[in-house]
Amino acid sequence: MANRAFKITPVIGAGAGAILLLLALILGPLWALLWRAEGPATLGVADWAAVRFTVLQATLSAGLSVGLAVPVARALARRQFIGRGVLITLLGAPFILPVIVAVMGLLAVFGRGGIISAMLGWIGLPPIHIYGLHGVVLAHVFFNLPLATRLILQGWLMIPSERFRLAASLGIAGRDVGRILERPMLRDVLPGAVMVVFLICLTSFAVALALGGGPKATTVELAIYQAFRFDFDLGRAALLAMVQFGMGAVAAMVMLWVAVPPTMGSGLDRTVERLDAPVAWWDGILLAVISLFLVTPLLMILFDGVPNLFSLPSSVYLAAGRSLGVALMSTLIAVVLALILALMVVRLRRGAVLVESIGYLVLAASPLVIGAGLFIALFPILDPVALALPLTALVNALMSLPFALRTLVPAVRDIEASYGQLADSLSLTGWARMRLVSLPRLRRPLGFSAGLAAALSMGDLGVIALFSDPESATLPLQMYRLMSAYRMDQAAGAAVLLLGMSLMLFWIFDRGGRANADA
Amino acid sequence: MKYPLLAAGFCAIANVAIAETPVLTVYTYDSFVSDWGPGPAVEAAFEQTCGCDLKFVGAGDGAALLARVRLEGPRTKADVVLGLDTNLTQTARETGLFAPHGVSADLDLPVTWGDDLFLPYDWGYFAFVYMRDGVTDAPGNFKELAASDLKIVIQDPRSSTPGLGLLMWVKDAYGDEAPAIWEGLSDNIVTVTKGWSESYGMFLEGEADMVLSYTTSPAYHLIAEEDAGKAAAPFSEGHYLQIEVAGKIAGTDQPVLADAFLNFMVSEGFQTIIPTTNWMYPAATPAGGLPDGFETLVTPQKSLMVNSDKAVGVREEALAEWLTALSK
Repeated sequence: MANRAFKITPVIGAGAGAILLLLALILGPLWALLWRAEGPATLGVADWAAVRFTVLQATLSAGLSVGLAVPVARALARRQFIGRGVLITLLGAPFILPVIVAVMGLLAVFGRGGIISAMLGWIGLPPIHIYGLHGVVLAHVFFNLPLATRLILQGWLMIPSERFRLAASLGIAGRDVGRILERPMLRDVLPGAVMVVFLICLTSFAVALALGGGPKATTVELAIYQAFRFDFDLGRAALLAMVQFGMGAVAAMVMLWVAVPPTMGSGLDRTVERLDAPVAWWDGILLAVISLFLVTPLLMILFDGVPNLFSLPSSVYLAAGRSLGVALMSTLIAVVLALILALMVVRLRRGAVLVESIGYLVLAASPLVIGAGLFIALFPILDPVALALPLTALVNALMSLPFALRTLVPAVRDIEASYGQLADSLSLTGWARMRLVSLPRLRRPLGFSAGLAAALSMGDLGVIALFSDPESATLPLQMYRLMSAYRMDQAAGAAVLLLGMSLMLFWIFDRGGRANADA
Repeated sequence: MKYPLLAAGFCAIANVAIAETPVLTVYTYDSFVSDWGPGPAVEAAFEQTCGCDLKFVGAGDGAALLARVRLEGPRTKADVVLGLDTNLTQTARETGLFAPHGVSADLDLPVTWGDDLFLPYDWGYFAFVYMRDGVTDAPGNFKELAASDLKIVIQDPRSSTPGLGLLMWVKDAYGDEAPAIWEGLSDNIVTVTKGWSESYGMFLEGEADMVLSYTTSPAYHLIAEEDAGKAAAPFSEGHYLQIEVAGKIAGTDQPVLADAFLNFMVSEGFQTIIPTTNWMYPAATPAGGLPDGFETLVTPQKSLMVNSDKAVGVREEALAEWLTALSK
């Protein structure tokens, strides 16, 4: 690696710039809050209870999501069936739904007045009780199982198909394929997947709390909310944000310590075509059950919202247009940043861990603290309200960066490992190398990352809420406004619009990325 | 040469014309400025008389609104802040950002109003709302509610203004007995949501029999949806009062307009808009009375309210009790 002909300087330079930008946006707000805070802050008993519950539910949610995702991803990787592509796209849906919409969909299935309770009622059983720790975990599995499946599926698809052919020709089948090919891949992919889900559950579930049943199910993010809104205790808000970072950092360190360098080696760069796949009927059943679990709540959302889709006020469509603009801008920023960082991570021997960790720290950041901190920092110089949409795009891009990194880093590393030496020997460097070697092979992960970034940005409500004004409301915000004006029906219509647009964006980008794949 | 000069002249005139239309900036909560809130109608009505440009800026909900003003501090762009409630006014007063409103209006509030900084524009009572065909025997007080097997959904007092209102309601009605009431209610509470929208949505979807909202909520369903099926349960302890107020920013660069706006706020032009857009009672009942349908609403026997100067202390105590009682 030392004698690589690739020009390192521009990549490292751009990477350093990206990291500085990240740090400024993540740590800057924290500093601004502490600077404005009056007096030192302390944490109370309730805060520590929140920390404990947060860690407990995040651990359970991550374990269950990833545990279930492994067999699902395996089934998807080794089966070909009609509608497989649709199913994979739909797998993206729960994760990119605005949380409140998803919770309503889940309640329509699992709630007191939901389908399952109604069916139990027919045979004389009491309704199921969804509220509590298990409700929160259920919601998180709903959100994150699909994401974990996609991340693990990427791993499966990255096993060179020659390996499977070779295995088949050597008469290796069943369990042995698992031992020789799949387990090493899982060893490589799982720590990252667990960590991503863990971090998401750590921070982003203020609304999933609706399923928690009471103040026992309290999170650090809620404590930040209270400190900021009712107490205006900026010091405490910053302190809690740091606790959240601390939890994220510990999780990151554990995962990076567990993680191992990949061992798969290279092939001729073709997609998996399995000759050995055993006739496993449970794959079909598993996929059917998981599809039912993921798709029924979505159907309920459609069922509620579609009748209202065409009676939406024009302001909703205007907001949809703004959201689309923000999403596209955010996607561009996210993909460029992620690509730069991924190229840098792969080139650095030391410090790669650090760079990757910083990407993950973003996940542990509190959107409320980022919003408030940016406000404090910008207000003396600029009008934060006028910048509401660009800032939202930027912060949304940051929020999707960890997912993009998770997808791109292994892919870039693989390409470098497999084709780096060949490219070096051809003196293929700079942009030509990017164009001929890296980009074509990165289409799939790039498309996936872009789709995810776009969809996540569509559904995000986090940062904009603080400095939005009526002229710059995004679609999720407009949906909330409909709800607070009692117009729940129209809000349901707006939710379908939001769901449709998010899925469409995800599909277009993801499809674009898979265009050449002959799967 | 002539034309550019002429054009420059027109530009100058146009600039003067723009500069001469003063802008009054009013910070308020989100739902006030939405298409379905009072904002657009109020803006049109005030601009007819003020010769100004009234600009509403939405900043989240009530609590977020105050946080926003405090973030901006004395350099805030706001001239008027509209949408605080009596649980927040003391904190707002202590910021020193607000100036006396100087308006003496004839208000129709259930309590006498003597605040020199904050002027009410509407009010309402917190109440538990239910569907008539779902709940036949509505509870008449907190103890009956606690004894029943009705399921309720409430909001978290740490993130939501109605949630905080319920906390104060129980504390004001029961004092030291409040923790016992909460323990009794704990098996009725299906869940605690972050904000009002989530709760109300869950209630409409049938997740709970009753939801913490306002006595005026049924008016929306009656007037806007012609659905008489929702009702608020009158509680014998009395109902906690929420009074929504506005205040003038001390450092405003538009003091005359700000005063004009506050005067307009308690006049007919503003007050007639409130009932069917904000779904609250107007602070000064218009000459034409309340809209049809409002007479069907529950009117509490007794109004409860913690004095704003004690609100912060009561909140801290009540919050600790609430957390303890519901975490068991």
